[in-house]
Formats: sequence, C-alpha cells, structure tokens
Amino acid sequence: MVVQKKIYPAPPVQEREIFRYAGCREIKEEFRRQMEECLAETEGKFQYQVCWAEYPVRIEGDRLDLTFAQVESHALAKNLAGCEKILLFLATIGLGLDRLITRYSRISPAKALWFQAIGAERIESLCDLFCEERNRELLPKGQQLRPRFSPGYGDLPLGLQKEIFRVFEREKTGVFLNESLLMTPSKSVTAIAGIGTKKEIPKEEKCGSCQKAGCPFKR
Amino acid sequence: MRQLPEGGLPVQKVTPMKILDYMKDHLLFLDGGMGTLLQAEGLQPGEHPEHWNITHKDVIVKLQRAYFDAGSNVINTNTFGANSLKFPTEELDEILRCAIENAKEARDTSTGTQEKFVALDIGPTGRLLKPYGDFDFEEAVAVFAETVRLGVQYGVDLIMIETMNDSYETKAALLAAKENCDLPVFVSNAYGEDGKLMTGADAAAMTAMLEGMGADAIGVNCSLGPKALAPVVRDYLKYASVPVLLKPNAGLPRDVDGKTVFDVEAEEFSEDVAALIGEGVRIAGGCCGTTPEYIWTLTEKTKDFQPVPVTKKHWTWVSSYTHAVLFDKKPVLIGERINPTGKKRLKQALRENDMDYLLTEGINQQECGVEILDVNVGLPEIDEPAVLQRAVYELQAVLDLPLQIDTSDPAAMEAALRRYNGKAMINSVNGKEESMEAIFPLVKKYGGLVVALTLDESGIPETAEGRVAIAKKIIARAESYGIPKNDLIFDTLAMTVSADPNAAKATLDALAEIRHGLGCHTSLGVSNVSFGLPNRDNINGTFFALAMSRGLSAAIMNPYSLDMMKAYYAFGALMGLDENFTAYIDFASKALPHQTAAAAPAQTGGVPTAEEYASALQKAIVKGLREQAGELTQKMLAEKAPLEIVQTEVIPALDIVGKGFEEKRVYLPQLLMSAEAAKSAFEQIKAAMTAQPGTSATKCAFVIATVQGDIHDIGKNIVKLLLENYGFDVTDLGRDVAPETVVETVQRLHAPLAGLSALMTTTVPAMEETIKQLRVGAPWCKVVVGGAVLTQEYADRIGADKYAKDAMETVRYAEEISDSLS
Repeated sequence: MVVQKKIYPAPPVQEREIFRYAGCREIKEEFRRQMEECLAETEGKFQYQVCWAEYPVRIEGDRLDLTFAQVESHALAKNLAGCEKILLFLATIGLGLDRLITRYSRISPAKALWFQAIGAERIESLCDLFCEERNRELLPKGQQLRPRFSPGYGDLPLGLQKEIFRVFEREKTGVFLNESLLMTPSKSVTAIAGIGTKKEIPKEEKCGSCQKAGCPFKR
Repeated sequence: MRQLPEGGLPVQKVTPMKILDYMKDHLLFLDGGMGTLLQAEGLQPGEHPEHWNITHKDVIVKLQRAYFDAGSNVINTNTFGANSLKFPTEELDEILRCAIENAKEARDTSTGTQEKFVALDIGPTGRLLKPYGDFDFEEAVAVFAETVRLGVQYGVDLIMIETMNDSYETKAALLAAKENCDLPVFVSNAYGEDGKLMTGADAAAMTAMLEGMGADAIGVNCSLGPKALAPVVRDYLKYASVPVLLKPNAGLPRDVDGKTVFDVEAEEFSEDVAALIGEGVRIAGGCCGTTPEYIWTLTEKTKDFQPVPVTKKHWTWVSSYTHAVLFDKKPVLIGERINPTGKKRLKQALRENDMDYLLTEGINQQECGVEILDVNVGLPEIDEPAVLQRAVYELQAVLDLPLQIDTSDPAAMEAALRRYNGKAMINSVNGKEESMEAIFPLVKKYGGLVVALTLDESGIPETAEGRVAIAKKIIARAESYGIPKNDLIFDTLAMTVSADPNAAKATLDALAEIRHGLGCHTSLGVSNVSFGLPNRDNINGTFFALAMSRGLSAAIMNPYSLDMMKAYYAFGALMGLDENFTAYIDFASKALPHQTAAAAPAQTGGVPTAEEYASALQKAIVKGLREQAGELTQKMLAEKAPLEIVQTEVIPALDIVGKGFEEKRVYLPQLLMSAEAAKSAFEQIKAAMTAQPGTSATKCAFVIATVQGDIHDIGKNIVKLLLENYGFDVTDLGRDVAPETVVETVQRLHAPLAGLSALMTTTVPAMEETIKQLRVGAPWCKVVVGGAVLTQEYADRIGADKYAKDAMETVRYAEEISDSLS
C-alpha cells in the first residue's frame, strides 16, 4: 500500500472549540485577551502534517480484517458497516505546542491550559480539513467517509496503535509512540475512517459511539 | 561517455587509503537509496531490512555493488535500524558482521576503479528523547555505543550517523561514536521544509555543536529534494569549517496507480546536486528514491569539477537546541541572575530542589533581552554535579537560550556539559596549569566556548601587560589540546575601583589589546567594578559603555538594571549596530515609558479598590491580577505578619473562587488565573519569611507525581499550584515517575498525602502498582488519584483512598487529612 504524506496550511481557527476545550461552556469575553495572547504566541510554531493510506476491510460480526491488522471491536464494526475500504491516517501539528506547554506549565498553568486547548482545537481542525479534502475526491464517485474512529474509542483497543505505527514507520513522520502507547507530539491523532456510499451522517455521531459517562466535552 | 557497467568483474584491489586523506583533494561520492530498492526486491511492510543482511545476502551485495559500479566511493552498510532496542545483542552482532561483510564483498567485486570505503551506517533509534519523549539521553548513548562497538570490530572505514531529526539524539550518537572508536565520523541531519530539525535546530546550531564535538564532516540528507534542501545546504557552507555532505531524496513521493514514484528524475537531481558541489559541497550522494542511475549521472556530470577548498570560518559562537549565538561586533548580554551568591531566595530554592524558581528567573531574564544565561548553583551543602546537571536539563526544557555553565567544580562541569543540548559556554578556565588541565579536555570532548580569566598561580596582574601575557599563555596551551583561539573568550577581570583607582583602566586596556591585538573575543562580569560606591548601577552602566567602546564582546550582567540596559541599547544605536533603531525604540517604549513620547499612556485605575471584597488584595486574587497581587502583598507586609496575610487574605480569596468553581459558576481558566495571582502573593510572603527564619507557612507534606509511562502533566501541575496556594508543602516528582521513587520520597518526608495522576488506560496499571508499593513501604500515607481516564469505580478497584474529579476536590480532601493530623 502506498503511504502518502502532505503538509497543510493552518486550518481556520474555531474559537468556540478552544473555549470548550479550556473548560468553558461558552465564550467568556474576560478570558479572550489571554486566549488571543496565547494564540498569537503559537504563530509559526506548528507544522500541520498528515500521512495516510487506504486499505480493504472485511467485517465478520465484530471481527475486522483491516489488512494491516486484525482486530475485534463491536463499536468499530458498527461504524464501518457497509464499507469495503478504509482510510487510515496519522495527523500531527508537531512538537511546537509541546514546547509551549512544557514552558508554561512551569510558570503559568493558566496559559498552559490555553495552549492545551488551542492544540486540541488545532489537531481536530486539521483532521476535519483532511477528511473534507478526501471527501471532495470521494463524493463525485458517490462515496463518503464515515466519522473517524481512533484506537481507544469505545472498545477499539489502544494496542492497535502499534500496528498503525508500523504502517507509517518508514515515513519519518516525526510522531513517536511510547511504551504506554502515548504519542509525542501530544497533539497527534491516528484514526480509521470507513469509505462507504454517500449517506446523511447526523452530527451527533461524532460522540455517538463513545460510552464515557459524564464527559464534560460531550456534544 | 562511460557506459553504466553491468557489474560482476572482479578488479584488483587498490592500495588502502585513509578516507580523510583522500578527501583532501577529491570530492567524495556516497551511495543512493536502499529502502525503495529493497521493497522492489520483495521486502515486506513491517519486515526489518537489517535481517536481509543474513537472509538475502546476494541481494544486498548486488545492490551495493551496483552503487560502487556507478561510481560511489562510500557504501553505507545496511544497518540503519541495527540497534539493541530492535535486536538482542547476539542477533545484532550477527547482523552487523554480515552487513559489513556484504559491503566489503560488494567493494571487492565491483568493476569501479575509484577509491572505495565502507561506512558503518547508524540511523535514529526510533525513540524520542526526554524532555519531550520518554527516552533518557544516557540510554540513547548506550544504545549507539553498542552498535559502534560491535560494528567496528569487523572493520569499517568510517561511521555515518544519518537522518537524525533531533539534535539531542544526534549528540548522543556522536558521543557514543567518539567514545568507542577512533574512526572518522560523518554526521547528517534530516531537515523539514522550514529549514529546521523536528526538535527545532537550524543549520548554524547543528554546525556549532557537531564541530565542537569533533565531527569530521557534517551535512544533510533525506526529507526533501536537492532544490528544497539548497537553503539549508548554503547555511552549512557558510558556517562549517569541515567538509559539507549532501544526500537528498529524489524529491517527494507520489502515488501513481498504487506505486510510490519520486518526482525528481536522475538528470534533474544530478544537475541540482552538481550546482551545490560547485558552491562548495564536498561529499554527495542520494537518499530515498535515488538509484545507481542517479549516482552514475552525478559522477559523470561532476567528473571534471575541481573541489572547492574547505576553509576555516573561525566563528566564536555557542548554541542551544534551536539556534546559535555569534560573538561579533554587537555585544552579547549574558544574564547573571541564576547564581546564589548574595541571593537568599535562590539559595532556599536550591536547597529545597525548587526548580520552578530557577526556571522563572531564567524566563524573566530572557524576556529582558539576554541572549545567554549564566547558570551557577554552587552552594556548599548541595550535590553540585547532580543539581547543575538537573538545572541545565530543566532550563533547556523551558527555554531556548544557550547556557553558560558556571562552576569551579570540574566534575559538575562535565556532568552539565555532557547533558547540554548544543554548544555551551564554559565558565571558566584560567592561566593556572591545574585549571587548564581540568577544563581543556572537557572543551575538546564536548565542545564549548570557554571563558578564560587572565589570572594564574601568581594572582591577577595589576597591569594590562601582565593580563595580556597570561592570555597568550592560555592561547598556546589551548592550542596544544587542539582548541583554536576562537573557542576562547577572555575576561580581563573587572576589579573594584574603590580599592584601586587604576583598576578599571587596567581592565579596559587589557581588554582592548586582547580584542584588537590578539584578535580574541572578550567578556566581563561588569558589576564588581562599583563595589563599595553609592548608586552602583550608575557606575556599572558607564563602565559597561566604556568597555563596549573598547571592544567588549559580551557582558555577564544584571538585565534588571536599567542603567546597564540603557547603556547597551544606546551603544547599539550610536555604533550603527541597530538597524532602524528598532531595538532601541522597542526598549525605550517598554522600559522608559515616561520618557518616551510614543509610549502608551500609563494605565489608570489598575489597582482594585476594596468594594465588595474585604481588601484590594483579595480582589486582585479573585480577579486573577498576578502583578498587582504581588505588589499589594509586598505593601501589606509592612503592616501585617506573613502568616496573618495568608490566613485573612489569600485563603479567603481563594475560597471565593474555589467555591464558585465547585458550583460551576467559575470556569477553569479563572480558577487558574486566581491561583497564579495567589502564587505571586505567596512569593512575596515566602521572601519575607526567608528573612525571618523559624517561621513556616506550610501545612503538611504532599508528594505529587504523574505515574510511570505517562508523560502528560498539565492536570497534575494545576493540582500542585492549588495545593501550594492552600499552604501545602508540595514535592513534585514530575512525570513518568517510577513507583519506587514515589515510595522513597514519601518515606523520606514521612508525607501523610500522595497524589497520583494518569491520563491513559495503559498507565493505570502503573498507578495501581505505585499504590501497592506505597501500602507496603508507607502504610500511613493517604493516596488521592485523578486524571482523564479515572473514575470512582477505577479508583476503588486499584485501592486508592480518594478519587478527586478536579483540583479543588484534591485540595478539600488534603485539608481534611491535614486537619485530622493537627
């Protein structure tokens, strides 16, 4: 399978999302100045990069053959129902944010919190941008991506990270997996998105398959 | 034109020649890509190419011979990922033995008549080093050392360290090579489109560090095609005094009908590389996507080229893990504040292992505009090598300035230099034989720009001539160690004028002679000169200006001194060193607002009045006004006892915010801003209490850590900040902390409370193990847990005493336990 790699320009900033990740259920004007100060400090410090590959998928009950790995997951099987192919990708915004967080968590945890929230918003926006781009190629063929699904969601084991990293091993992605299966840079995402026929995907589905109760970030 | 040979014909062996001798008069050609060729031969995704040295010997020899036949002088062994993290020792040894045999067989059976060499190829470990990753620097050195030791026993001509995208890992690899063999070492890094390594270094930073450590050739490979790499290559050519190496990709990979295709073909590739050889590159080959055809075309195109001579650049410079600082016409400011001499608060912080104080001091100086930070942690009662090494490591995790390592203990100097990520400034050596014998070998091994004091066994000469004579002696002695004079920077020692009215003059005369007569750079610790006189800053500023006008290259100084900064910026503006006066105007508008027309009007109404709060200080804390909280506390300390301020002002204010957070009226950012304001109040209170020993504002000890394997610690830092605000004596063990370390610390402090944080399901077992060990080793200790994945149910299952859903809940629980103790 051919692995492709692309550097993206910065996706548009979604302020509301930054506030949401910082623990504010609404945009609070009195924090805006500090948030904007932090956002300005991130200028030029991110590198938006995505590596991806497509694989055929076979689903039998909860058992999935993803070609690059075999895995058992009810939630992923449900998510990929009706798909014959998947898009596997690894997205990152680079180490710049980790540097800022390391610096500020020692001198200003409030700013560290904002950087953390900005990073979360940036990587999610990058994933959105990437998936929209893929969808623009797929839609003319009557196809569409299913909502992206990452190891650790629902019952999809985090251990799948190892197989995913093997796929991208030779790409010099600049993303590392440690023994606890944590990624560095911390704002990196691995995900699988089913390629299926075009259909209406309700917005709630973004959180729909997650079992976590009482999550403050639930939409 | 030569024909690309089919290969196979054995040729007579040429007389062996040392590679560095050959390079003096010749361009050196390397091989091309291996990965793509091996995939074409059937290497499967996920399969280790290094195994093929054993299982597919014929394929490896065939491919490497094709490169020799195409004109390569050097073949890299097929050992990019051959290290002890991937293979057990015995297998690693076998892989290296076969890999080197294969390369030699390719060399001996090639039809090429050029000089041929075999390089032991070393790629990155695949793990990311601390502080961003979880791999320890010395572990990385050990991994590379094993590959070097096993490899060199089978006979190679050089070591090729390549495709490194982290400066720190590059240093580990080069150090391992230097410590385990005498072979030439080439070092090549992989740069991104922004012209930097993944971890931030630019070409100048890498050149300063690698040349300092004695790399024989340096350069770039992989990542991009030759056109895209050209700007980085030109930087190398500008900065490097050793041969520069270039091994680019055949452009970028594309997917064409399910196959990987690179977008730069052999003709264009060799055209571009040849152009850079014309500009001075001495060692060239190809990386991903290139084949023997690329090398053949390149050698053909350049066969009549005369190599551009490699010239010494004589830079006096230091570097951090991101950039280099050059000593030139514009004086360099070196911040002196991280030095416990005469600073009670810093002494206390060092004794308590409170690195946050030191880091804040470093960041504040950076914000004042210093370009290098002096780091001195010398206190008689501490383990200086360990503390200095830790201070250097922690400072480099939060700021990107080069450091000047300042210690009189050679063991501490070596410990710090070894771990330093870049080329450090070394403070100091002097004309005493003992000093030179201790310091110069360290400079030679780790690289560094060393401050040389013009004193020796007979003391500090009174005259300028005497100091210049010592400088000459030091230059000669350094040269005998192979250290050029541009790696020395002379301090002609500012003595107190109140003791000797001619002191300043002698210092300045010596300085001018060393700068202009001997052609060396100079540095001064400025503030000594005014000792014993009133309004010292005034004298210091003027002396600083005089010294700069005589050729001072750098000053170790207090960046908080307005007189010094005024002199510095005015000098730059007057001497044509400040283009468009940008730096001066920026300084003037920030530091001298009342004297600058362009400045914004001073803020009015900034200080809160009491209004609905018990006091202005309470309001400042509730509103999260950090600076005001500090100022108001300082004023209040004139009237109230420190402990009274804590009880009647700080804690009640925090409670207002804390309660609001618990009731979901206050959001997390505000809670943290208030906590930071309270912390700044506490800094004032702490300073006041240091002045009155015997008092203490702290409640019981609380040990906090992110568990082993987990490297995220924002949540833990928030809890720590709030606990400190509420007066707990918090010992923060950081992240990725082993269970044994937690137990040992709790035992040592007899801490009644420990807090553990975990972010991922995969690290909860480490949390469980830590609790288990605490139950055995410190049964008195209550354990509170928190973190993204934890729930009450999880906490119960792993045997924690308390699950806290947020920072405030931890504080409430800790207060409960603390109250039950008293």
